Amino acid sequence: MMVTGEAVHPATLSFGDETLLLDPRGVLLHEASRTLIVADLHLEKGSAFARRGTMLPPYDTLVTLKKLAAIVAEWRPERLISLGDGFHDTAGARFLTGEAADRLEALAREVEWVWIRGNHDETLPDTLPGSTVDEIRIGGLTLRHLPDRRTDGLIAGHLHPVARIGNRQRRTRRPCFIHDRRLLILPAFGSYTGGLNVLDPAIATLFDTAATTHITGETRLFECPATRLMPDPPDWRRHRM
Amino acid sequence: MVETNAPELPAVLATWFEGRGWQPRHHQLAMLEGGGNAPDTLLIAPTGGGKTLAGFLPSLVDLIENGSRQSLHTLYISPLKALTTDVARNLQTPVAEMELTVSIETRTGDTPQNRRQRQRRKPPDMLLTTPESLALLLSYEDSGNMFGNLRAVILDELHAIATSKRGALLGLGLARLRRIAPGARFIGLSATIADPPAMLRFLTPAVDRARIINARGGERPETEIALADACMPWSGHMALYATAMVFARIEQVRTALVFVNTRAQAELLFGALWKMNERSLPIALHHGSLAVDQRRKVEAAMARGDLRAVVCTSSLDLGIDWGNVDLVIQVGAPKGVSRLLQRIGRANHRFDEASRAVLVPANRFEVLECIAAEEAMREGALDADPPAHAALDVLAQHVLGTACAGPFDPDLLFEEVGWTAPYADLDRTTFDEVVEFVATGGYALGGYDRFRRLAKQEDGTFRLADPRMIRAYRMNVGTIVEAPVMRVRLGRGRVLGEIEEYFVSMLTPGDSFLFAGRLLELVGIRNNEVMAQLAKSASEPKIPAYAGGRLPLSSHLAKRVRRILAEPGRWTDLPSQVGEWLRQQEERSAHVQDDELLVETFERRGRHYLVAYGFAGRNAHQTLGMLLTRRLQRAGCRPLGFVASDYCIATWSLEPPADVESLFSLDLLGDDLEEWMAESSMTRRLFRNCAVVAGLIERRHPGAEKTGRQVTFNADLIYDVLRKHEPDHILLRAARIEAAQGLTDIRRLSDLLNEVQGRIRHRRLDRISPFAVSIIATIGRERVEGDSVDAMLDDITRDLLDEALP
Repeated sequence: MMVTGEAVHPATLSFGDETLLLDPRGVLLHEASRTLIVADLHLEKGSAFARRGTMLPPYDTLVTLKKLAAIVAEWRPERLISLGDGFHDTAGARFLTGEAADRLEALAREVEWVWIRGNHDETLPDTLPGSTVDEIRIGGLTLRHLPDRRTDGLIAGHLHPVARIGNRQRRTRRPCFIHDRRLLILPAFGSYTGGLNVLDPAIATLFDTAATTHITGETRLFECPATRLMPDPPDWRRHRM
Repeated sequence: MVETNAPELPAVLATWFEGRGWQPRHHQLAMLEGGGNAPDTLLIAPTGGGKTLAGFLPSLVDLIENGSRQSLHTLYISPLKALTTDVARNLQTPVAEMELTVSIETRTGDTPQNRRQRQRRKPPDMLLTTPESLALLLSYEDSGNMFGNLRAVILDELHAIATSKRGALLGLGLARLRRIAPGARFIGLSATIADPPAMLRFLTPAVDRARIINARGGERPETEIALADACMPWSGHMALYATAMVFARIEQVRTALVFVNTRAQAELLFGALWKMNERSLPIALHHGSLAVDQRRKVEAAMARGDLRAVVCTSSLDLGIDWGNVDLVIQVGAPKGVSRLLQRIGRANHRFDEASRAVLVPANRFEVLECIAAEEAMREGALDADPPAHAALDVLAQHVLGTACAGPFDPDLLFEEVGWTAPYADLDRTTFDEVVEFVATGGYALGGYDRFRRLAKQEDGTFRLADPRMIRAYRMNVGTIVEAPVMRVRLGRGRVLGEIEEYFVSMLTPGDSFLFAGRLLELVGIRNNEVMAQLAKSASEPKIPAYAGGRLPLSSHLAKRVRRILAEPGRWTDLPSQVGEWLRQQEERSAHVQDDELLVETFERRGRHYLVAYGFAGRNAHQTLGMLLTRRLQRAGCRPLGFVASDYCIATWSLEPPADVESLFSLDLLGDDLEEWMAESSMTRRLFRNCAVVAGLIERRHPGAEKTGRQVTFNADLIYDVLRKHEPDHILLRAARIEAAQGLTDIRRLSDLLNEVQGRIRHRRLDRISPFAVSIIATIGRERVEGDSVDAMLDDITRDLLDEALP
């Protein structure tokens, strides 16, 4: 969890002929166009589980939006792009009420909100503030939910990348950015999102061997050479909550 | 002697006793007093006292005299599955010999599906089961029919279960039985315990009508503390220095049980014994991580008398009686008197002969512990285990289980829950919160009303809203949440057992490790199994460690150890090496007085050490270490780490601590404690367990087996969100209560701090003291936690870069 009051140190990255700022809180800033990019918010995941009888705490949407609002207040972007799976499911987007709905609207008054469609939220209700699109282009960049190997300068989400690293004494597993010359995948931002190890074929086969990971700490990013990444222990099935 | 007014046995039973050449014992006959109206009874008897037969005697008499009622007559509950099978066999023999028509069956997780269904439709006269299976049986709609005519409920080895979380589950099940089977008599069977009235209250709410029967007799055990000729180690718990002596003892007797305190110690000692076992004496290994069939094989060989010794852990503390064990060897400190007695009782199950035991301490402090334990046994003084607490997660599970059986009235259920000892003081508000948790998650924010799991009906009762919950409940019943484990397979052959996934993740192929008595080499991982082969040799094989493997020193025993230390007059009676060690300690520092906290500080290789001798047990010391480090940090002492044992705690820092007295002030237990507890990985682990037991997270989901790891991951997210947004949520409270009880031992720590205010004796030394050697020598072997995420990432990535550079 973010330690409040401590300064956050972003990292600069040149990608697709554009300059990007990676924020350790898991978002991406394109300063030239005053655009903040965030992936896989999975809002209302708690209520989606409750509908099936698992009563997760109903605070996930609030937590996610508060965290996002703090970042928006700091960077003051003009535009906020949700890179798909902004909502965990369509019902969640339709029934959003109370403080969570208020917060979402308040945020939408400060920035122009663009929702890219994802596999979890292919149809979003018209009542949602902002516009809904399949993909968006900024300069040499293409922003879309699903990653692929065909598009140059593609920024995508969907896979919730995490990196596992360790030394002789300990191991840790943290969300990360991963990119090579053509593709950049953001970590999932939502408070109830798990992650997939970047060494899993679903991620690894998308990149050439020179992929770099930026692992998110609390206030900084940690770059780790691809050769030092560790696979998950065998029994940790793919997990995307 | 049989008293003249004791009830008579029916002729067929009396003849059977005679035919065996047995006399019914006094306490066995006493169970029959009152006939059909006999009150709830707690029978306390030492091992070998014919306790189990005494428990069943009233039921046998009733069935002989009145015949089978074609319904369940007697329910027997034991903490061990294996024990139900064994007891069933032991009952079937006399029943067959007396030619009685009494049907006896077991019901455990191993019982085949068709027999389970038949047992509910047409129950036997006597059913032998476990607390978890009882909970399952009670969740069926027809449980009222099945149990309605019960005449007796027998609880075996009650001492082993009443104080645990399983005890809370069992207590709730008993309350349910009491409601649906008003004609049942509750009988508890227990080993000797410190507080019989408390145990009676666990058995029954009607303590005024109930009675306690104390079996007389049982010879006091003959114990001896064995010291090897070799120099007594200053520290360590493995006692490998004494292997030759242990082996010699095994050679002298027919069959020995060798108890150790941890699975790692069992592996090491077993390996060491076999290294000197030139004659290949049959010596076996038994602990909880070995494959079940392997364990059963060892138990069977033991029963046949084929083995000369078994090296074992608490896995054999309870269980089947083996008549042929003639010596118990306890290697390593006993940690508690009650458990030691229980273990010693495993030797010689003949009632009228003394059990023989040898205690083998692993270091000098442990010698004192063994002497203290012997002294306590002589005085018949036992440890007072704290009773089971009102576990809110277990209650949530019970509420859901009750709803599975049918709609429930919350007023009646609340009353019923109050019958159990652990929940006797539960307030109605908390109870209602637990029910609301089961219904909707119980969040202040609400919002899940439309997804309710329990629906309130017009008559005020709660009904299960979704029948799918029944299956989920039945798959997740129980209070034991295992750490994620993986099976270990040798070659292409058999499964040796299970080791914790965490341990596997620290191994790379080619690494060697000691498991199931073999030196193994990791080949790889296939199909979620650890593939291993026999290793030829290894300089330093790793040994799997298991969470929660070590019990802390009981406060009763700790007090006795302190008393020995406080009386230099007694030191002359101690083994000479130990007496000499205590005198040196007094000369170079000070000896430990009663009601005083001795604190030593000294510098060594540029580091400033502080050692405090609290004698409050590992867990309390661990907590103290965390709190002291935080305080040293704030005082600018730049602490680097700490290490805790049962006897003391040591911290080390770059700057010397200035005001030692104030370090231990009472406000140590204030904000820092709360903050640390909330952050610590231990509380997270406990929260995960509570979330699983309470049914928020499913251990197993119908159709899709979740792995343990996934559960951990999900629980962490939930924990963080709840802490931030609903710090008073019922599950956080459940985890906090549990943390305060066990792993942090806050009560003991606060007792210690209260006791020593104004009585801190600080010794500034110019070098390490003899006592301090015991703890300083263990530095580097203990894991230190508590860094921030960034500090940890920094540490790891820097290491990785160092490795990557030429």
